[in-house]
Amino acid sequence: MKEAAHLQIQNLAVDLAEFHLREINLNVHTGEYFVILGPTGAGKTVLLETIAGLFQPRLGSILLRGEDITEFPPERRGISFVYQDYVLFPHLNVAENIAFGLKIRDLRGFQRLNLGGLFKKKNAVIEQQVNEISELLRVDHLLHRDPKTLSGGEQQRAALARALVVKPQVMLLDEPLSALDPETREDLQRELARIHKELGTTILHVTHDFEEAVALGDRIAVMNEGRIVQVGSPQDIFRRPASEFVARFVGSRNIFSGRVEDAAQGSHKEFALDGLRFAVVTALTGPAHASLRPEDIILSQESLRSSARNCFPGVVAEVADRGAFIYVTVRVASSPHPSPLPEGEGTASSPHFICTITHRSREEMNLREGSEVYVAFKASAVHVF
Amino acid sequence: MTSLFSNKQRLTFTILGALLVFFVVWPILRTVTSSSPAILWETLLEAEVRGSILLTFSSSAIATGAALFFGVPLAYVLARSTFPGKRLVEGLIDLPIVIPHSAAGIALLMVFGRRTLLGKAFGLVGLKFVSAAPGIVVAMLFVSLPFLVDSAREGFEAVDPRLERVARTLGASSWGSFWRVSFPLAWRNILSGIIMMWARGLSEFGAVVILAYHPMVAPVLLYERFETYGLKYARPVATLIILICLGTFILLRMVNERGKE
Repeated sequence: MKEAAHLQIQNLAVDLAEFHLREINLNVHTGEYFVILGPTGAGKTVLLETIAGLFQPRLGSILLRGEDITEFPPERRGISFVYQDYVLFPHLNVAENIAFGLKIRDLRGFQRLNLGGLFKKKNAVIEQQVNEISELLRVDHLLHRDPKTLSGGEQQRAALARALVVKPQVMLLDEPLSALDPETREDLQRELARIHKELGTTILHVTHDFEEAVALGDRIAVMNEGRIVQVGSPQDIFRRPASEFVARFVGSRNIFSGRVEDAAQGSHKEFALDGLRFAVVTALTGPAHASLRPEDIILSQESLRSSARNCFPGVVAEVADRGAFIYVTVRVASSPHPSPLPEGEGTASSPHFICTITHRSREEMNLREGSEVYVAFKASAVHVF
Repeated sequence: MTSLFSNKQRLTFTILGALLVFFVVWPILRTVTSSSPAILWETLLEAEVRGSILLTFSSSAIATGAALFFGVPLAYVLARSTFPGKRLVEGLIDLPIVIPHSAAGIALLMVFGRRTLLGKAFGLVGLKFVSAAPGIVVAMLFVSLPFLVDSAREGFEAVDPRLERVARTLGASSWGSFWRVSFPLAWRNILSGIIMMWARGLSEFGAVVILAYHPMVAPVLLYERFETYGLKYARPVATLIILICLGTFILLRMVNERGKE
């Protein structure tokens, strides 16, 4: 480890009703966007609440910037918390919700006595901070609204503003996007990335959604049954799952990092990655990720090219029999149709597609490692995020 | 809801319900309209009547204040924590509702009477309960505190504990999160508990009459007039008490309703 981590969790064990966390060890660096990924019931929320000081661990310690905060009450930790369903204070309007943390801090000690001018000055400072963070989160036009009248996305923005305005050492996000409709979710996901970039806040984000984790996380920790089972970069996790569980949870799915660009011909968009371009349907442009489910890929022995379909020739790299289905990994040769890409690229890093086929079609096609096949998939089957 | 009713059923239920409402309204209306405004005014000018009404109102208010001070913390504990014997405590708090109020009066006399340990101790500081205002307060407190404690507990139970947790992570101490989050959110329930308890205290007769016949609270005064002079003389007092209680009850309900918006 180059430097001491910002947030260190050492050998943590928590027992809470039906949840048991065991041997949790994590190091989160300053300014890092760290994602904890795991299925429902893995104990992710309990872990976050323990880090926030809302539950006491049975064993282990939590260090923030080298200081042991295990015994600190939540209000002295400087760790903000955002819940999945926003949990805005229903008796306060949006501005008062956001100002809550600033005002409650002010009410300590001397400032509890209303010292005339000093207090007014304080209020002006608070108002300014509230305005700044509201602009950043684009809730400045909602400040006088009652939280109940806001949409889910707006409520979550307000909750994020409330958590960020106190300039936390760490912001904990508990499934912050899971209660939102798909469109708002993608919207807010990009917002989170933007806010993280602009403010540089250290973020610990919990989710069960792999794509969310890949899109946002600098690093990902996979959690299962109260234990951390793997920590690594998003690439590490899906290229080299450390266990059967991780492989299964992450799913044998195809995830690519690349760029969305306008197609050279036609009005559609294309996703470009090492030596390969394929048509996609998305409103995004620029750096992005794309995912494709194995069952959405058709393997064939002839080209199935059509306008709505991407089709590439490739070579079978691996055939894995997993019960009901067979997972076939196909290495696609780079740049099958004319697009300007440098020579030589693509062989080493040529994209792999994982596809599922039935036993029957395997027999019919007589597939084995080294067979030449075509992979085909619809542009609309690709999820860009 | 209405569409689920058959016409016959609706008619039956309406008649049954209307009879019950009529049963409540008719005697009250009869009493209220039986005395002329002139007689009511005359009654109100009687020092004895005014004194007893004021005593009733203030005693019940003090009892409610005491229940607020001791009962809201209890309600919060009952709503938030689990401990062995919690159900027992909840049951004990509701006990005054189920025992006859005259029996409650006797029970209080056993503890606050002149010769009891507590009675003697309070006597040293000049506080006596039997035939004195503090006795009235104690009796009212005993019989009406379940209304406030239960209502406040329901109020706190309805507050999402995660609201308090968020408040804590934003820098509020446990006191801060109570005063800034839990209490304001439970306030509507606490307020309706206050109203219910105060109203229940006003109307208490059984427990009060055993601890303190004198000074006379309004229900005791009414009883005495009836016993001594008969229905004719008791009637204006009854009317007056009903009108005042009705008035305050409506007023407080309005305050409560407005808080809902």
